[in-house]
Amino acid sequence: MGSTTGPRRPLRRLVTGAVALFAAAGLLTACGSGDEGPSGGGGVAAGPEGVDDGTTLTMWTRAATRPQSEALVEAYNASHRNKIELTVVPTDDYQAKVGAAAGSRDLPDLFAADVVFVPNYTSSGLFADLTESIDALPFAEHLARSHIDAGTYEGRKHVVPHTLDLSVLFYNKDLYRRAGLDPEKPPTTLRAWDRHARAVDALGGDVNGTFFGGNCGGCGVFTWWPSIWAAGEEVLNEEGTEAHLDSATARTVYDTYRGWAEDGIAAPGARDETGTTWTGVFPKGKVGVMPMPSTTLGLMPKDLDVGVAPIPGPDGGASTFVGGDAVGISATSDSADQAWNFLAWSLGDEAQVDVVAAHKDVVARTDLASNKHSEADPRLVTVNELVAKGRTPYAPMFGQTFNDPNGPWLTLMRNAVFGDGSSLEKDNAAVTASLAD
Amino acid sequence: MQTAGPVTAGPRARPQHRRRRPSWASASRRRLSRKVKGLAYAAPTAVFVTVFFLLPLLLVGQMSLSDWPLLAGDRGVNAPDNYTRVTDGTLFWPAVRFTLLYTVIATVVLLGLALLLALLVQESRPGAGFFRTVYFLPGALGLASASLLFWGLYSPTTGPLSPLPERLGLADGPVSFLATPTSALLSTVFLVVWKFAGFYMLILLVGLQRIPHEVYEAARMDGAGRGQIFRSITLPLLRPSLALCLLLCVTGSLLAFDQFFVLTKGGPDNSTVTLVQLIYREAFQRMNLGTAAALSVIVLAALLVLNALQFRGLRRADES
Repeated sequence: MGSTTGPRRPLRRLVTGAVALFAAAGLLTACGSGDEGPSGGGGVAAGPEGVDDGTTLTMWTRAATRPQSEALVEAYNASHRNKIELTVVPTDDYQAKVGAAAGSRDLPDLFAADVVFVPNYTSSGLFADLTESIDALPFAEHLARSHIDAGTYEGRKHVVPHTLDLSVLFYNKDLYRRAGLDPEKPPTTLRAWDRHARAVDALGGDVNGTFFGGNCGGCGVFTWWPSIWAAGEEVLNEEGTEAHLDSATARTVYDTYRGWAEDGIAAPGARDETGTTWTGVFPKGKVGVMPMPSTTLGLMPKDLDVGVAPIPGPDGGASTFVGGDAVGISATSDSADQAWNFLAWSLGDEAQVDVVAAHKDVVARTDLASNKHSEADPRLVTVNELVAKGRTPYAPMFGQTFNDPNGPWLTLMRNAVFGDGSSLEKDNAAVTASLAD
Repeated sequence: MQTAGPVTAGPRARPQHRRRRPSWASASRRRLSRKVKGLAYAAPTAVFVTVFFLLPLLLVGQMSLSDWPLLAGDRGVNAPDNYTRVTDGTLFWPAVRFTLLYTVIATVVLLGLALLLALLVQESRPGAGFFRTVYFLPGALGLASASLLFWGLYSPTTGPLSPLPERLGLADGPVSFLATPTSALLSTVFLVVWKFAGFYMLILLVGLQRIPHEVYEAARMDGAGRGQIFRSITLPLLRPSLALCLLLCVTGSLLAFDQFFVLTKGGPDNSTVTLVQLIYREAFQRMNLGTAAALSVIVLAALLVLNALQFRGLRRADES
């Protein structure tokens, strides 16, 4: 602050006065920001198509679904007068970024969100109410049910499916052949999957049976829960406030994974894998069979002979986690009609078939499950058909319970798979406590 | 010589004369203009400090006493719920213990190595400049970037360091540097030492070069050995620089965030969660600004107390 030779007392008085003034203003604005309750404002006034008048729209998405969002936005910008400026945010930072922007009312016109976080956002009033616009779409009843449900709060719909990302088993047919397994017969039970993984692992060298993200809560939710659902069991109660992650079936699933960790069937690094590189291991062609996001199918190396199959339960059945991103219009957007124009277009036949399906991705509408692209690649039919069998868990406190790297679910996962598994009941109670927080 | 008196008195007498001349009103005007000038000089800093320090501080204080979810905004006072919630949290005391442990290890290793490096390069030998630059260079990198670099180096799936011990015959398989609580802590300390040792070396180097050569020469003439010179001359005369380093290092370590956020995310098994990480988690994972603010206030208070104690301790050492 320099020397103290100046007139100190008036200065101090001035500073004190300024502080008091600013503090009063701060308190007033702080109180004022709470005025608008979580009702979700805005909504779309124009017709079912929205407005295409050359407005520039802002949109956020997370890195995990970047290729899909970019393809849709590029195709839209090329064929419309409205222009979308897409910002891709690192996946791990997305929650924080949306939260901070919501606090300062700086959300973009459109933002996609991991579908599991949507209930938290709708209940906080971040998305505009789109009920009438969604219901007016000619194909409304065919939109992926689980995404629409995740965005329904107090009977009002707020989001539409943007990118569907399903967990499916990927297996390396070349390694299956070398291990003496039938490359056209993927495992249909968790036990068979275990046998296959061990058979491939026995090839030795740098080949491994399987891989999983052992330090990644989101990966566990995405790839382990389908094995529990496949056995006809629930993981959470309907309100998403209570966990049943200590059931006998769940134990069987954890025990299988523990076997892979203990016996070195999983590729090195499974224990530390935080989710950043977990999909990068299989494409190298040294892993036999592992569950992966369906969005990675279009990114597999051309020379890798890959098969896909549903995730089985311990004794059969099949399920999947219908993840991916849902997208909505932020409640504070001034261009809701223009933003709806993009959403309505993105769900139409042209965008779904020529952009989404052409990219080997899962379509957002069940009536388009079989299309000219999926017919050329039977693997896509397998995945598209799974949408109906799959689930999207609903819990308002999903992120802080299951995705938080210091949250209770990761503790449960790691104790169950890398520990002795004796604390399962206690860990499940901690998960429930966080869900009911 | 006699005429010199009035001549030298001349300039001194003139302002006295001028000071007597102006009226009372103009004197007070001048005093006022001086005050205004002073205010104008101080205003930018005052405004800056007010807007970027005092106001946020007040807001944090208010937040810590309120039910304030990130997405819903202020819902009114709920004191002291946020404080009890934070201190009752399962991760709070482990985070306090871990932050202190990390601070002690990082400070001891960092300052020890920095002193060693400073002693190595203090004399102007050929090549000293080169080594000074080399040691300091990592300090020019941002901490987050450096952490990301080491995260890549340590990665067991893609990193180049992981298979190294196996190739050298020291391990059976690829090594996971971040897999156990101890290895994760040591790997992070290694990064921090690599990043900051050069910076502290620089501060100590300046301190070393301020010690007059004559003192060393006198000591040598008196037959003091190398160890004796180091203990009785270098260390005591280096104390101000060491004190500065200690203060910076302790404060920085207590506020550690970037390195753990990037490298370990608090893992494995919540073994490397620092206090600032907890603040981030409350605010952006659990979306509760109230508890995050309460935790910030606690950390701030602890830092103030610790810094005051350090200052007092160092001042007393100086006086003795």
